[in-house]
Order: sequence, then C-alpha cells, then structure tokens
Amino acid sequence: MADIKIDAVRKRFGAATALDRVELTVADGEFLALLGPSGCGKTTLLRIIAGLETQDEGRIVIGGRDVSRLPPRHRGLAMVFQNYAVFPHMSVRDNVAFGLRMNGADAARITRQVDRTAELLHIGPYLDRFPAQLSGGQRQRVAVARALAVEPAVLLMDEPLSNLDALLRLEMRAELKSVLREAGTTTVYVTHDQTEAMGLADRIAVLHAGRIEQLATPAEIYARPATRFVGGFVGSPPMNFLALEAIGGQVRLGELTLPCPVSGPVLLGLRGEDVAEGPGFDLTVAVSEPMGSHSLVTGTVAGQRLRVVLPAARLPLPGETLALCPIQGRIRWMRADSGHAIEGS
Amino acid sequence: MTVRRGIFLSGVVVLCAWTLVPIWLLAIGAVSGRAGVSAWPKSLFPSSAGLDVLAAFLRIDEVWRATLTSVEVALMCMAICLALGAPAGYALARYSFRGATTYRLLILLTRAFPVGILALPLTVGFIRLGLYDTALGVALMHAALALPFAVLVSASLFQAIPRELEEAAWVFGCSRLRAFTRVVLPIALPGMAATAIFAFVISWNEVFAASVLTVRHRTLAAYLLAVLSESPLHVQFAGGFVLIVPAILFIFLVRRHLFSMWGIANR
Repeated sequence: MADIKIDAVRKRFGAATALDRVELTVADGEFLALLGPSGCGKTTLLRIIAGLETQDEGRIVIGGRDVSRLPPRHRGLAMVFQNYAVFPHMSVRDNVAFGLRMNGADAARITRQVDRTAELLHIGPYLDRFPAQLSGGQRQRVAVARALAVEPAVLLMDEPLSNLDALLRLEMRAELKSVLREAGTTTVYVTHDQTEAMGLADRIAVLHAGRIEQLATPAEIYARPATRFVGGFVGSPPMNFLALEAIGGQVRLGELTLPCPVSGPVLLGLRGEDVAEGPGFDLTVAVSEPMGSHSLVTGTVAGQRLRVVLPAARLPLPGETLALCPIQGRIRWMRADSGHAIEGS
Repeated sequence: MTVRRGIFLSGVVVLCAWTLVPIWLLAIGAVSGRAGVSAWPKSLFPSSAGLDVLAAFLRIDEVWRATLTSVEVALMCMAICLALGAPAGYALARYSFRGATTYRLLILLTRAFPVGILALPLTVGFIRLGLYDTALGVALMHAALALPFAVLVSASLFQAIPRELEEAAWVFGCSRLRAFTRVVLPIALPGMAATAIFAFVISWNEVFAASVLTVRHRTLAAYLLAVLSESPLHVQFAGGFVLIVPAILFIFLVRRHLFSMWGIANR
C-alpha cells in the first residue's frame, strides 16, 4: 500500500514532447485511470512510473520514497501489460509465482499466494498448462494473477483489456473491478477507452498532448468537463459544442435567452441526453439512428451540428424539425478561444 | 490452377534432385568398389567389395584422429560463436546505437574477405602466437567465418521475442542479466541450438583454412583433401561420403528448429 506522487515529470522523444511537467498524486488505495487518445503520453507516464522509461526531469515518489533513479525491480510495483507478456516457456503456476520467486519468497508463501490469486481469478484448473494452451481471456487472467501474487504496493495496468473481444472485455472489466476492490491496491490504469475509465476508476486523469487536461471523479469529468477536449473525448456521443456570441451576459439560441457569465464569443457545451422536447430551439434532423436503448439524432441548429439522445420510441424522419430545450443547469460554457470551461457556469 | 500446381510440383522435384542426386551418386560411388565406381548404369545396391573399401577406410587410424580433431575444432568454433554471437545479436536486436546499420553491414562484409588472401599473413601470425597447427587456431579461424551468421541469426531470434516479456521480468524482480538468462535465453534456446549446429557444420566442412593452418593436426576435411587427391576414385568417394554423413545427420536433428526459426513450420 502506497501513494504515488508524480512531481513535474517531463519527457521528450527527439523534438516531440511526450510529457510536459505532469503533476499528479494518486492516493493510497486509489484506482486512477489515465485516459487519453493514442500519443497523448499516458503510456509513457505509466512506463516512467514503472521505471521502464526514464524521465528527463521531475521525480516519482512512491510511498514517500523517491524511486526516480531506481530500476523497476526496486520500486515495489507490479504491472499488467497490454499484450499480457505472460512467459511462454513457463507453466501458469510458474508465471504466477515468478515475481515471488525472483524476490526470494519462501516456498510456503509462494504456494499460498499462487493458490489464493489463482482462485481469485478463476485460473485454478489451468495452473499446470502453458500459456499457448490458453485463450486470450485466460492469459489476461494469468497476467493479472501474476501481478497480484506479489502483493504490490502499486499496480500498473497498460490497456489490459484492449486485446480482448468486446463481450469478454465487458465481463473482465466487471471482474477486474471486484478483484481490485478486494485487493485494495493503489492502481494506475492506462486506457483510451472512456467507458473503461468511467466504469473502473475512482478518479480519471484525462491526458492530451502530454498534459493533464482534467483530474476528477468520473461523474465530474462527465458532467463538468474542464476543457473542450475533455467534453469531446469523454462520453458517447461526445459533448456538443455550439459556437455562440454572448452579449451583455446573455446568449440567444432560438427562442431562448440563456444567462452566460462572460461576454464575447463562447462555446455552449451540451450533452446529447441533456435536452428535452419542448419549446426552445429548433433542430433540423439529418439522421436518426435507433440504438435500442435510445435514439441518436443528428441535426443542425443555426447551421451547427448537434447530436441529441431521445427515447427509443422517438425516431424523427430526416428533414423534420424538432423543438428542443436544454435541461436546466446542464449547460457548460467554455471560452471560444482557449476551449477552457468558464467556472461558475 | 492445375498448371500452377504442375509448375510448383516440378519446381519441388528439381530442387530435391538438385540436392539429392549428388548425395546419391556419392553414396553409390562410395559403396560400389573399384569396378563399380566407373560402371554405368549405376547399381542401386551396394556390392560387398564396396563395403570393404568403406570398412577399410574406417580402419585407418589417421581417419579417426582427424575426425576427433574435427569434432574438437567444431565444438570450439560453436562455443566461440555462441559466446560472442549471442551478446552481439542481443545488442543488435535491443539497443539502438550509433552505427548499428553499419555494424550489421560490416558483419556481413567479413564474409566478402577472401580467405585465400588472408592465408599467408594468418599463417605467419599464428606461428608467432603459437596457434599454428593447433585445434584452437583452426577453431578461431572457423569462428571468424561462422560468427557473422551466428550474430545475425541470433539478432533475429532476439528480435522475435517481445520486449514486454523482458520488461515484465524487470518489473517482477529481475536484473537485466537475470531477465536475459531466465526469460530471453530459454525462449531463444531452440533457435540458438540451430545457430550452434550451423556453426558446427560450417567448421566441419571448411577445408581451405584448415589445410593452410595445420600440418599434423589435420581436421577430417583437410586430411581427406590431402590424402584423397592421391587415392583411387572409389576411395575418394568413400572419403567424401564419410565426410558428409555427420553433416546430414546434424541437419536432420535440427531441421525442426531450423524450420520454426525460419517460420516455415506451424507451431
């Protein structure tokens, strides 16, 4: 058990800046997701925490100990890799026992831990098989069991579910959550899949171009994105942004007059499901997509694209005009130039 | 479709004949005796006279001594190739360093150097160093010939091992050296074995350097070259046959590993 402090970490690859003075603290026992598109620096940050990559500047402190210059094996952590990285020449049992054995644990502890983690991840029946005889999902379980068996202070996971098919991913996600909750290990979880981050994490750090755009709980990230990027990256469909002009603290949209904390060009951020049918502004429908649980309707408002979520029964035809009204208090105002949220909105 | 298949099959037949016919001729020549060796058509079965030649040949003490020297040289060559080739291959596979591409090219270029030109200076040098006419001297020379293959083949072996496996080993408590011995080496072992056998066979078959660098401690290939040029034809065939048998046996022993290394066999 340990907290992680990432102190002004900077990393460049040639001319490209992978991480730009990243500051981040992960509390003891917390599950933190690093979320971002590919190339945002999330995997680099995880590898720097692990010691597989060296930062150009800054420090990594785990449990009050500066580990910045230590090799991976002295950092007291375990890692689950994207492609599992299960050792193909060892049986499942030897794989799970590997970390303990390398750290010189006694035979009794190895047996106890292997049995315990094997039971936790339901790989007991496969302990004497080799990885080549296992399916992708089973290999993934072995990789997680290998990491948990050492009872690490910190668990790092690098897109552990991205190689599984969709159904298995959903199943493993729920299972992972319950297993990790039980273990209570400080976890840093890298993913580009926002539903994974939302579903698993206590807090999410959204990374973009080597910077943390927002660090908050999933609910906060979803409802109150700090930047246009976060709103556009998190959520399916992503948040809508309408470029509007605020005059004297007011913005006009259709028949509505909305109060806005600033004047000048602004962005109106609105989630697709945060609208109700009723008098307000008119949406000219372009496409309606029945999604089963709801309908996804794409159209234009004042020449700008807007995507809204309507009940499944509602499937307007292209060309139809819908009268819509934003739900009270769900509008997120942002500055048009910087894309940063305007607080107090 | 059938035409393409026909072309494919005839290609296979030609390739097989290309390797098998000389071996078959050699084998028949080796066992058909003084009269049979120049007879036509060739008989498919050995005559008793032929087997006598082969047996007589194997009774010569010098043949066995040369065989022993050959094995000794080939084993040393193998060991040197593994000890130097594996680390060099690992460096090529894992580290990006200045001049890595040039290094790769230079390794191959060593094979472009004609041994014939090297023979005299090498002999003089070896005499000065006390390596002349020793198994070690020949082994060093053979290692120089086989090492380029050992380096490049083991580089491709290591390259095929995912880096994450090593990283996982580091995270779970291994130093770099231990990760290499516990994870990388065991996975690369079949391929390394093939590399070793390859070095063995190169050394076993090499005749020029072995002839130049030895006088009394001849390898089998060098001994046969010296002796057989003055022998009748059927003895030459017997000697040639004796020389290729071990190489063929080795190839058969390692072919599965060779194939998997070259990605032909399914795992």
